[in-house]
Amino acid sequence: MSGRPSPEIRPVVVGAGPAGIRAAEALVAAGLRPVVLDEGERAGGQIYRQPPAAFSRSRKALYGFEAGKAERLHATFAALRAHIDYRPRTLVWNAVPGELHVMGDAGPATVPFSHLVLATGATDRIYPFKGWTLPGVFSMGGAQIALKAQGCTIGETVALVGTGPLLYLVAYQYTKAGARIAVILDSARFTDQIAGAPAMLRQPATLAKGLYYVAWLKARGIMIVNGAIPMAAEGTERVERLVWRTPAGEGRVACDAIALGYGLRAETQIADLLGCRFSYSAAEHESLPASDATGRTSVAGVYIGGDGAGILGADAAEAAGTRAALALCEDAGLGVDGAATGALEARVGRWRGFRAGIRRAFPEPVAADFALADDVILCRCEEITVGALRAACREDGVDELNRLKALTRIGMGRCQGRMCGPAARALLAHHSGRSPGDVGRLRGQAPIKPMPLAPMPLVFDEAKP
Amino acid sequence: MRRAVDQDRPSISFFINGQRFTGKLGDTVLTAVLTQAGHLRTSEFEHQPRAGFCLMGACQDCWVVTEAGPAVRACSTLLEDGMAFVIEGLPGT
Repeated sequence: MSGRPSPEIRPVVVGAGPAGIRAAEALVAAGLRPVVLDEGERAGGQIYRQPPAAFSRSRKALYGFEAGKAERLHATFAALRAHIDYRPRTLVWNAVPGELHVMGDAGPATVPFSHLVLATGATDRIYPFKGWTLPGVFSMGGAQIALKAQGCTIGETVALVGTGPLLYLVAYQYTKAGARIAVILDSARFTDQIAGAPAMLRQPATLAKGLYYVAWLKARGIMIVNGAIPMAAEGTERVERLVWRTPAGEGRVACDAIALGYGLRAETQIADLLGCRFSYSAAEHESLPASDATGRTSVAGVYIGGDGAGILGADAAEAAGTRAALALCEDAGLGVDGAATGALEARVGRWRGFRAGIRRAFPEPVAADFALADDVILCRCEEITVGALRAACREDGVDELNRLKALTRIGMGRCQGRMCGPAARALLAHHSGRSPGDVGRLRGQAPIKPMPLAPMPLVFDEAKP
Repeated sequence: MRRAVDQDRPSISFFINGQRFTGKLGDTVLTAVLTQAGHLRTSEFEHQPRAGFCLMGACQDCWVVTEAGPAVRACSTLLEDGMAFVIEGLPGT
């Protein structure tokens, strides 16, 4: 440590999940007092989300195998509380150089920063299918949040649709909570899963947990269908049935809820507003803020860690969050232990290898696989169909995402393309004959999420005597 | 939405279209409504029922109109005693 930090250093951390908490911890250890902005009610992020205070389940019941990690992270945060300026229930809705615009309990505010750590996490990666807007269809992460944060399952008889390890974890957690699993519909083929195994051996404990869930589910006779694509969620007022297709033919099952998700996608809007350089990752099928192993972005003073920099999972996020904060300390002229930073980078690197295995085991389904009918809703905010995208390609020669947005409003709704973006990109690339990396990316725009208008003071109030 | 575990919490009242319902302390608005009704709102253009989707404040599908006027995002708003919602397509509208 090279002396006391200067009062000019005003670090801000956005997000209080594994990356955000570890970043705040490292900043406090360096003698700084960061502002920590959290959209959540309580710290923990999504994976270690804490239910509201009225709930009483143990951490073991809430987080299963991950209870120890959750407990350590929550304990770290509790110890930090007195040393940080923590603002829960606070949305960052805009970012300009040196300043974040937020909406919190006290209404709108401006939060200045000299250095910024973005730890904004991820949301589910969604591909639409017929009927996906019916009540009873939720995202995979949503299904998990219902149980973790509310003690509820999304239905009595639940179908899990998509791909990725989360399908099996949710099936296990839901079965234990008394729900019936109608089917696990995984677009990955069994051969994909075998192909991914060698790389996943880099994290044998994590691979073993995944295999345990699958064996547990199979022992209970739960139907797992591989290589399957969902065709329709059917029902009038809500989901009543799921129909799917495999190379062998069609299948169907009765259910009153469906959880849908093909892995995760990074939340990157704030980095976008601040002008960070992005590049398309063909492996991850998304445009990500460019960052190096230290967490530095292309904009001086802006750092990024955790799934918001590209999906690597919670364990990697803890290491990356610490590393990004140490990069901030280095740039702010505070002494940092070089051995520690190297070890953190190596830890994140091991998760990169594991992630490569996950990508092989649960590959991204290509848009063409979906054989989506023209009347399937693509953008659920504005109810715009796949047919509208195809017409824009065919009749107007659209081959770029922001032009598609301008012409069709796809990606312009309240969610800003968080739900339809991956599918819009894949379909646009498919129909325009370009590669997904060449059709551009949906730009983040302020407000990055809608704000309730009620707490906004009217401007002319200030003119009152 | 089905209550499964950790449901031994004090009851609180809320209203949908003027009709009284009982939720639990710690419920989100989404949980309180969807454990007793089929949807939260109807869509702007096609007037189809919607019941939320992501549950983490990202998709914006779960906005519910309150009797007082402003809408709340149901997945990230905790239920408070006496809250009153107006939901098209449910009894009372």
